[in-house]
Amino acid sequence: MSDITFAPAHQPVAIPIAEVLPWAIFGGLLLMIAIYFVGAEEGATSLISGMYIHEFVHDGRHLLGFPCH
Amino acid sequence: MVGSLLMRGMLIGVLAGLVAFGFARIFGEPQVDLAIAFEEQMAATEAAQAPAGDQPAMEETDEGLPGRGTQAGLGLITGLVVYGAAVGGIFALVFAFAYGRLGAIGARGLSAVLALAAFASVVLVPLLKYPANPPAVSLDETIGARTTLYFVLLVLSVGGMALAFALARRLLAQHGTWNATLIASAAYVAFITVVLIAMPTINEMPAGFSPDVLWNFRISSVGIQIIIWAVIGLGFGVLAERVLGEFRGSARLAGSYR
Ligand SMILES: [Zn+2]
Repeated sequence: MSDITFAPAHQPVAIPIAEVLPWAIFGGLLLMIAIYFVGAEEGATSLISGMYIHEFVHDGRHLLGFPCH
Repeated sequence: MVGSLLMRGMLIGVLAGLVAFGFARIFGEPQVDLAIAFEEQMAATEAAQAPAGDQPAMEETDEGLPGRGTQAGLGLITGLVVYGAAVGGIFALVFAFAYGRLGAIGARGLSAVLALAAFASVVLVPLLKYPANPPAVSLDETIGARTTLYFVLLVLSVGGMALAFALARRLLAQHGTWNATLIASAAYVAFITVVLIAMPTINEMPAGFSPDVLWNFRISSVGIQIIIWAVIGLGFGVLAERVLGEFRGSARLAGSYR
């Protein structure tokens, strides 16, 4: 315990790139798809037919600043 | 390690989305309603002037689609929470990469700095050229061009910010944190100024749209984003500090056995 308390407090240790990269690629991609569905689906581009998603998240899309109508 | 940071980022993003929903409900929704009222009035005037066969196909597509109640309630909370979780998660991934690579700044400080940079590049810069618009002020037929321009500006802005951080990192050892930050910030501002001047302006504002509604809508839109990034920036640092504290402790322990 004393070892932790008296050790130099803020010397941040970087996480190895090899450890960050797989998360960044797969996680980042999935999260960007989520943003796409809130911000742009069934607007300029459409992956799913109909207007349900567009209309459902419509107010959020406008208020978050994404282009809409 | 990265997985647990990612989960915490998404978790704090969900919280950010919930707080933003409360704000959006009180300050944003009344403006959306006023804009829709203007839109309907405009459509009614047009319909009265147009010949009977020329009616816009608006009404017939309404079947089975969410009504105003759902849009302003469940739809709004879903949109904000999903957005919050997604940007919170991406934020955590950027944090995981930046931590320990930007000088001696700790988890809470880094989280706050990154959130500020994210707010500037994801929200502030795009809105300078393509601000949030309430319903009725944009043309349906230009959605393709508007979406493209918005995302091009977003990518340039976020890419420029990433380059600014890379620049600051290179200057850190020679110029110190303060001057390195100033130089990198100036480079980002210069780059963004050129981009903002070069990109085309969009102005589709219909005559008679209330400037008050427009202002109030845009200010509440910015408020929502400030809330989201403040909650993420301040909240994530606290959570990350614990995760990384454990990491440092176990790394030291592992090292002593080597
Ligand atoms: Zn719309």
